[in-house]
Amino acid sequence: MSAPGKRESLREAYGKVLVELGERDPNLVVFDSDLSGSTRTILFGQKFPDRFFNVGVMESTMMTMAAGMSLSGRTVFASSFAIFAAGQSYNYVRQSICYNHANVKIVATHGGLLVGADGATHQIVEDIGLMRGLPGMTVIVPADAPTTRTAVRAVAERPGPAYVRLTPEDLPVVTDGRFTIGKANELRGGSDLTFVAVGSMVARALEVAEELGQVGVSVRVLDLASVKPFDEPALLRAARDTGAILVLEEHSVLTGVGALVASTTAENYPVPVRRVGVPDLFGESGEPWALLDRYGMSKERVREEAWELLRARGKVQ
Amino acid sequence: MGEEIPAGRIAELEATAREIRRDIIRMTAAAGSGQPGGSLSVTDLLTALLFEELRIDPKNPDAPDRDRLVLSKGHAAPALYAALSHRGYLPPEELLTLRQFGSRLQGFVDRRHLPFVEASTGGLGQGIGMAVGMALDARLAGRSSRIYAVIGDGECQAGPTWEALMAGGHFRLSNLVVLLDRNGLETEGSTESILGIEPITDKFRAFRYHTLEIDGHDFRQILGALAEARRTTDVPTAIVARTVKGKGVSFMEGKSAWHGKAPSRAEAEQALRELESPSGGSPR
Repeated sequence: MSAPGKRESLREAYGKVLVELGERDPNLVVFDSDLSGSTRTILFGQKFPDRFFNVGVMESTMMTMAAGMSLSGRTVFASSFAIFAAGQSYNYVRQSICYNHANVKIVATHGGLLVGADGATHQIVEDIGLMRGLPGMTVIVPADAPTTRTAVRAVAERPGPAYVRLTPEDLPVVTDGRFTIGKANELRGGSDLTFVAVGSMVARALEVAEELGQVGVSVRVLDLASVKPFDEPALLRAARDTGAILVLEEHSVLTGVGALVASTTAENYPVPVRRVGVPDLFGESGEPWALLDRYGMSKERVREEAWELLRARGKVQ
Repeated sequence: MGEEIPAGRIAELEATAREIRRDIIRMTAAAGSGQPGGSLSVTDLLTALLFEELRIDPKNPDAPDRDRLVLSKGHAAPALYAALSHRGYLPPEELLTLRQFGSRLQGFVDRRHLPFVEASTGGLGQGIGMAVGMALDARLAGRSSRIYAVIGDGECQAGPTWEALMAGGHFRLSNLVVLLDRNGLETEGSTESILGIEPITDKFRAFRYHTLEIDGHDFRQILGALAEARRTTDVPTAIVARTVKGKGVSFMEGKSAWHGKAPSRAEAEQALRELESPSGGSPR
């Protein structure tokens, strides 16, 4: 697909898939920490009140309880905002879920700057880095509602811990929902340059790729929704085929997908890599999409970085 | 308060606990590190649980209806390993591999490589939350399993301990028993001088637990409290067990210095001599 389609809520997609999973698996349970209206786990709670536990404002202990609940064979989902699910709860996720290899699926809504008006305390741009550093953790960052649906089903089926990062903002539909854990999704073919993008930045990557296509620059776009495990062969193929990579993520460039792409290519097939993402800064209150522009992820910035890479490759003057 | 337990059975449990204490000394001395103080204080509680209270079977360690023990004070790992060896879950010769490279006997208990161990613990305030989750799971699944969480008193300074306890009370998990090894000491001194947790029994009561205070080195009292917990069918039970850190070794008793320090060879020899006699290091 190329032109981004209608906007859809990833959270709503998640909530509805939870209900579907709950119908299929009578042992599946869901935890939330007083945010079920926002995370949309309330849809599951309304349908299956006996298997839904709202534990109040205690995200860390929600994680340890979810771990204990899972160890005799259940699939357990636990949701909160990303700042609480990954930030507040880090060592609880690390020990009780990952070290115990507990079958807990953390679906964190409200990752990134698109949280908007709440400001820096609630805008976590470090969670992908925190979670992908944990041994045994699967990390998924869907770009739209169709991928969210497929990804939530996929992590439910895969034994062990998982972290799925969603955004509060409705996002344009940019995929047909095809998703396999460990596989990159090539949304657009190209030979001059590759955009590797996750989450909210995938649509932006496709828009700029389209513009560049109109002036004769062929850009490949990889949706790296499966951040861990990630598709190293597809990444290195892109490095070989196009010779330069621009990473786009609504996350700190210090520890996110940009860091992953840069280190992987540096070790295996060094090519110029540039990162579009949040610099080493806290966010602030503001209109969500304006914040993305203000914090270094504007379309103009993507274009500039793309031309910079094309110049470095000697593909333009 | 309890059912009558024959004197002979009490003597057997005391003898088993003595052997476990001897193993704790041998293991930590061989490892050159570890936490003997809090292992020796919790030994009698673990002995009562593993050798009398818990519905478990070493030949069928994964039986769905088994009772579950979570050692939330994971630093008492040596006591649990020694108890598991005497209970038939671990070969005795493995005990001296404690904390060595490649050993299953990690510094803090590791669920993934050991039978019986239900939860890997170490970071305080986490095991208790996992135990609460297990109790919810058992109730939802209609299993008769009972869940026993052993927590430390330094651990009662950690906020998530109280989050988990609050959840246990809120959900009225009568299949949950929390045992507090109240030895009074943490790494750097007494809990009351560092960050006081008293009145601890009142706190458990305020969190909607049936509470009991016992001498954590008296098997009649321990077993009596566990029996009373079984008869408590509407709320969880918290047992505050007053214990002595380093129990059974005169020079370790009541000394926080032995929270995280292994005995030297000479110290271990003296400790083992003291632990030969039924009276242990000092009179109760």
